[in-house]
Amino acid sequence: MIRTEGLSKTFDGGKKQPAIQAVKGLDLDIQQGEVFGFLGPNGAGKTTTVRMLCALIGPTAGRAWVNSYEVGQQNQQIRASVGILTEQPGMYDRLSAEKNLTIYAKLYGVKDVLGQVEKYLRMLGLWERRKDPAGSFSKGMKQKLAIARAILHEPATLFLDEPTAGLDPEAAKLVRDFIEDLETEGRTIFLCTHNLDEADRLCSKIGIFRQHLIKVDTPSRMKTAIFGRQVEFRLKQTDASLLDFVKRFDFVKQAALEDNRLILGLDDPEESNPLVVKALVQAGLAVQFVSEVRHSLEDVYLSLISDENDR
Amino acid sequence: MERIKTLIDKEWAEAFKNKMVLGTVVFMPLIFMVIPLFQLALMRNIPASELNDIPSTILAGCQVQNFTGSECMQGFLVNQFLLLFLLIPLAVPVTIASYSIVGEKSTRSLEPLLATPTSTAEIILGKALASVIPAIGATLVAFVIFLVGARFFVVSDRVYALFMNPTWYVAMLVVAPLMTVLSVNIAIIISSRVSDPRAAEQLGMLVMLPLMLMFFGAILGVIPLNVTTMLLLAVVTLALDAGLVVLGVKLFQRETILTRWK
Repeated sequence: MIRTEGLSKTFDGGKKQPAIQAVKGLDLDIQQGEVFGFLGPNGAGKTTTVRMLCALIGPTAGRAWVNSYEVGQQNQQIRASVGILTEQPGMYDRLSAEKNLTIYAKLYGVKDVLGQVEKYLRMLGLWERRKDPAGSFSKGMKQKLAIARAILHEPATLFLDEPTAGLDPEAAKLVRDFIEDLETEGRTIFLCTHNLDEADRLCSKIGIFRQHLIKVDTPSRMKTAIFGRQVEFRLKQTDASLLDFVKRFDFVKQAALEDNRLILGLDDPEESNPLVVKALVQAGLAVQFVSEVRHSLEDVYLSLISDENDR
Repeated sequence: MERIKTLIDKEWAEAFKNKMVLGTVVFMPLIFMVIPLFQLALMRNIPASELNDIPSTILAGCQVQNFTGSECMQGFLVNQFLLLFLLIPLAVPVTIASYSIVGEKSTRSLEPLLATPTSTAEIILGKALASVIPAIGATLVAFVIFLVGARFFVVSDRVYALFMNPTWYVAMLVVAPLMTVLSVNIAIIISSRVSDPRAAEQLGMLVMLPLMLMFFGAILGVIPLNVTTMLLLAVVTLALDAGLVVLGVKLFQRETILTRWK
């Protein structure tokens, strides 16, 4: 689990430059077994946050606990209990894949070094290439090797920074499936990604962040909170008077007409849809389809970041 | 201890696959061992009348000891190589440490390493020992081979005794290890500012300049090569080591590396 209270980090700019506040008053509460998507634009302070939570750099204010260990007080225990996939794989290119993992297994104090190395090399499809230097691997293979390195010591919490960046669709799917498997094992996963579709699919909770936390919730609740629930009624033909016609209903919160699509914002579509369909049919309109409008996490993200820019 | 051993193992596995590092570790001691032996071989038949190039202070010493021309020439020239032997413990660690630290910096492999539960002291010690051990080993092996080889080329036991005296022992057993520590710390300090291993190595080699000046000073007879000089050199190196270790440890902190190293 991860918990932060007012976590902040300001970098001293030195004599010539002003101080830079990278993270400001971050409050998070991520439960054991959750996959948390940490989203934000470049330079938002995501990497700084991950580094603080992995006990690599210290906060300038606030407190944080990772796996019940406090950042700044129990740093070595934190580092032993978390795994990190950094933005760059950072492998030892002259050494074989197997040697790379063996070194890290020993540094993490893994008991069955060879067993764990074999387990994850096989799991990520690298076993046949284990004797090859990491420098000869493709970007995707290096990324998989770095993921294996992050998980070798079976950490309770895993920090993944852009795990599928630059991977081909097949490798990206393998990594995503692997993350889903890790979730079922009850590990906490802190996922930094710009791939919003991936975050939507994998994350049980999302935090949108730029220096401070803009919003945190489940992806579905976040979508509903921002866009409400919307239903699209596709009609054979429409006219402008249709909007006034549907606005007579109290339960219609919003109404819009786009071509032959009538889009209504409804609090309780399960109750309201039959009433709307009945009224439309009685008015002589032919209803071809009724479907719920699915907003993507990208819509939510862009809306929140845009609001943030306007402030 | 296990982590330090793992780090040394990793450093050596990486370093000795690098031709530049391997070349420095193998060829530099080889050169500094072969040249003095070659000089000894060349100076076997020098008449006393051809000693004009030797500084008068040294020549006076030869006359006191009643050395022949060859003895005086061999003793004088080869003794200068004592200082060249001391270049080995300076050059080897600076090369290994430069590639080890700046190399990791450029391949971005330092951050995953810093994220392990390995302490800062273990990382510094692992990296330092990985540089220091081969340097001391190479220096001593080169010195021993030189001693064995010199036996065949010296013109007399009196000349050989010059290499088996306390001056050489203090140099090889006290000054050389202190020089390796100096070299590693300089490499760490340079690594915090440089992103290219070759640039770090070349800058690090500047540490050899004072020793080269001593070498020329000795050839000109300005600096005497004796136990006092070696002990003085040891004290100066120790003082520098103490200061640079403090600075090196201060620079080699996780936060400093991740946020301030260029």
